[in-house]
Amino acid sequence: MNLESIQREMAAAVMQPLTRDENMRERAADGRSMAEIAESFVAPNSRLNAFERLEIYNRQYWYRVLSALAEDFVALRAVLGSRKFASLSVAYLTEHPSRSFTMRNLGSHLPAWLRVHPELTGRRHSLAVDIAKIEWAFVVAFDSAQRAPLTLAEIAALDGSSQLSLQPHIELMELNYPAENLVLDLHQREKRQTSEAGLGSDEEEQPPAKLPRIRRKPTWLAAHRVELSVFYLRLPREAFLMLTALQEGKMLAEAMEAGFADSRIPAARRAAKLQQWFKSWAELGWICARET
Amino acid sequence: MPGNRFNAYADHTVGIGLRIPHYQHIFSRKPVVDWFEIISENFMIDAGRPLAMLDQIMDRYRVVQHGVSMYFGSVTAPDPEHLRRLKQLVQRTKTPWLSDHLCWGSVDGTYTHDLLPLPYTWEAVERTVERVRMVQDFLEIPVAVENVSSYAAFTASQMTEWEFLTEVVERADCGILLDVNNIYVSAMNHEFNPMDYVNAVPAHRVAQIHIAGHSRYEKYILDTHDHPVIDPVWQLYARATERCGPTPTLLEWDDHIPSFDEVHAEALKANRYLRRKQPAQELVEAAS
Repeated sequence: MNLESIQREMAAAVMQPLTRDENMRERAADGRSMAEIAESFVAPNSRLNAFERLEIYNRQYWYRVLSALAEDFVALRAVLGSRKFASLSVAYLTEHPSRSFTMRNLGSHLPAWLRVHPELTGRRHSLAVDIAKIEWAFVVAFDSAQRAPLTLAEIAALDGSSQLSLQPHIELMELNYPAENLVLDLHQREKRQTSEAGLGSDEEEQPPAKLPRIRRKPTWLAAHRVELSVFYLRLPREAFLMLTALQEGKMLAEAMEAGFADSRIPAARRAAKLQQWFKSWAELGWICARET
Repeated sequence: MPGNRFNAYADHTVGIGLRIPHYQHIFSRKPVVDWFEIISENFMIDAGRPLAMLDQIMDRYRVVQHGVSMYFGSVTAPDPEHLRRLKQLVQRTKTPWLSDHLCWGSVDGTYTHDLLPLPYTWEAVERTVERVRMVQDFLEIPVAVENVSSYAAFTASQMTEWEFLTEVVERADCGILLDVNNIYVSAMNHEFNPMDYVNAVPAHRVAQIHIAGHSRYEKYILDTHDHPVIDPVWQLYARATERCGPTPTLLEWDDHIPSFDEVHAEALKANRYLRRKQPAQELVEAAS
């Protein structure tokens, strides 16, 4: 067997989900015997056969990626409970294994993937999707680039044909629940429990957290970074639509049109609103020149 | 410290791995530490708190970069974005040398995020050498490859691990990050004498040494970096420094991380061996 074949065979074995008892499966996805696969390239020693030696790597892989994902989605895990979160994570990572040199990007597809897998979350599906979006937005806002923002004077000189961009650390979210404070509370709770117990939270099974009553309400949210900390800011729907259009590269006039489409804000008040929003975005340093 | 061309003639002595739970202690107490090793991938980002913390650390301390995902032995080519970000970080930290593992971990663009062992074959030597040379040329600083702990061996292997390591570093003309704990772990798992390994490595190429603790299970040992260094590993370290001369040494402690003082005190035990008068005869011979 050449190097390439060994690496393909071993990677497939290592990344195959474990059994419920955290052992390597007896059969590969294509039905072949895992013992035979292991024996085809792994040498035994006096204590472990080929299967058992390969199994060590299979376990290590799952412990590593599951714990990395759980670190980034603390609130989602709390809401679903550790068992449901673990099964969901295995299903997600089987479909979306890491395609990046850094585990930072492990959860990048989770919000979109979760949206089409209601069977894995149960009755809190819509809330779970929102929480996943909010937590992934934190990862992006935490360490994405910070560009030089436009000044108030530069913003005042813009016209309808101007093309702008937003700070790369801004993540815009359309949610069904105003769930950002719940996420922050669950993070705090987890931090307290971990420090009080003196244990990593992944070491014991946790039931779904008891949640305060939270009503479904369309919510538009931005995650962004100020200095070194990540904050969440609620946006009016029109501001959200406009920022999204700008982020997509639309001209300023098109972005404004997109923002006020179907808006209940009376035409007479729109100019004042725009002025207020742009002033606030300028102060936050959100608006940048379009990258060439 | 005499240093050598594989660590840019550095005079680094004993360092420890920079870990987040120690930040508060480091910033408030400003302890005397010769150098910190950073995990490159933790800082290969665009902006934000990790880089700000790193800049603060660099105001006061020297740092050396250590990577975990270059995968010198992977058959598929490295991600250009990975190399670009790594070089950017090298320019920021001015690390005198850079290390990563003699292993593989990705295939066809999918990453296992593990340090998987290579079969010790001539084909693997050639592939690995090619990549080490490419990375070294691109980064324009000395690169050292680290021997990994392993739990599986391959039926295809054609040589011992230390023969494989020697072939790679000689052909790639690169340095070695000699991890004596990894040698011990692999020796127990593969039933060889760890001292044979230490005695066989080309001592003049050792740029840095890693020491660490591990966890013993019924049938194998895992490289967990969550315990103090055990005596047999210190004995390997003693022999390595006897052969290589005083060498930049780093204690790894990555899980169940105790206080800064405890980790640092464990690392400083290395001075018992580094401060001995040593002729480092093999180095002198190699140099001449």
